[in-house]
Amino acid sequence: MLVGRQSWCFDSKPVIISSAAVGGPFESKCLLADDFDEFAEDLWLGEDSFEKAEVKLLEKACEKALEKAGLKSEDVNFMISGDLDNQITSSSFSARGLKIPYIGIFGACSTSMEGLALASKIMDNGGANYVLAATASHNAAAEKQFRYPTEYGAQKPPTSQWTVTGAGAVILGRKGDGPRVVAATIGKVIDMGISDPFNLGAAMAPAAVDTIEVHFNEFNIEPDFYDLIATGDLGFTGYSIANELLLKKGIRLRENLFTDCGMLIYGKDPKVFSGASGCACSATVTYGHLLNKMRKGELKRILVIATGALLSPMSYQQKESIPGIAHGVSIEYFY
Amino acid sequence: MEKLIWAFLIGGGICAVGQILMDALRMTPAHTMTTMVVIGAVLGGLGWYDKLVDFAGAGATTPISSFGNALAKGAILEAGQHGWIGVLTGIFELTSTGISAAIIFGFIASLIFKPKG
Repeated sequence: MLVGRQSWCFDSKPVIISSAAVGGPFESKCLLADDFDEFAEDLWLGEDSFEKAEVKLLEKACEKALEKAGLKSEDVNFMISGDLDNQITSSSFSARGLKIPYIGIFGACSTSMEGLALASKIMDNGGANYVLAATASHNAAAEKQFRYPTEYGAQKPPTSQWTVTGAGAVILGRKGDGPRVVAATIGKVIDMGISDPFNLGAAMAPAAVDTIEVHFNEFNIEPDFYDLIATGDLGFTGYSIANELLLKKGIRLRENLFTDCGMLIYGKDPKVFSGASGCACSATVTYGHLLNKMRKGELKRILVIATGALLSPMSYQQKESIPGIAHGVSIEYFY
Repeated sequence: MEKLIWAFLIGGGICAVGQILMDALRMTPAHTMTTMVVIGAVLGGLGWYDKLVDFAGAGATTPISSFGNALAKGAILEAGQHGWIGVLTGIFELTSTGISAAIIFGFIASLIFKPKG
């Protein structure tokens, strides 16, 4: 059901019957390592390119989610996926292997919640029995895509972020036990004129704040309705900008309510500068860590606002500014 | 000994300019590199870069600005001998060593090593 202009309330509350998160070697040492299902031993996964390795990561996450749900790929009606590679080949090639009818989407790093929102809408409309929503990113493939040539090891400023190597997947079903998707707010593309590809957190923060504000207004709720509000990958820089913008709009969030997946996964590790990013950032943190916390009863209602920077290598070479987007999905679990 | 110190100071100074371009003017690494090449070419064209090399040695020849100097110097040299067409043939006259070395050693390295990311 449509709520306000850009939000959906899912009356049937589709159930997240299973979720999976896989990571790379660097992620195996991250703060949230316990919440991952599996780690790759190296960045190659036995393949001869980083892009092929990313396909494998995504397939692993989907297969793990299927296994946990006790389903075969034939049981799933649709797969919704996207990634950061040219023409989202990682997603399409994974769908080729999994043989699940496929909807490819591009929302940069907001893909996780974009996919989950669309999957929930399909479920809520009776359009499927099971939908798989997934996304992946690979550090080396993303560096190659956006910051080529990487070979000379150019310096990065403190505002830059570290792309997560990993993949996250969820399977939605009609019934069963598990966290339920109750609502979503689809974000607007917002561009504040930032053109520095090493400061994506700042480019995305206004979009995140807009979606948060719209979500509260359209559902007529207060921030305290949630136990946790997590943005996707603003990093430490973008997170502090988002906090300032929220205060300016008069939205006060109590302490420990608001966090960011890009800060949670690695913490303040100097190697990652301002924090984590990439499609797999919000996907692995949400589908691993946050859903686990819900299953343990530590969180009852969460709002995940996945943030995306909608640039292409071509657009920033042509000096275009970097538009941001953010999609929010509300998940609850009472047992 | 004195030349060593000057090489250190001038070489370090050129790198400091590059760092300022990146930090203060928010230039990307690629923009910074091309800017340094252009500065080197302009100074080379004016004949100033060679004076810097005489003075600071490797401090001036090691940074990428030296590549710009070599581009300009080659073009001017060949222009003197062959006229306008020399400008085109001369650009890579002095720099061909560096470019060929980059391609050949890059190729060899790619045969032996696997990228780490």
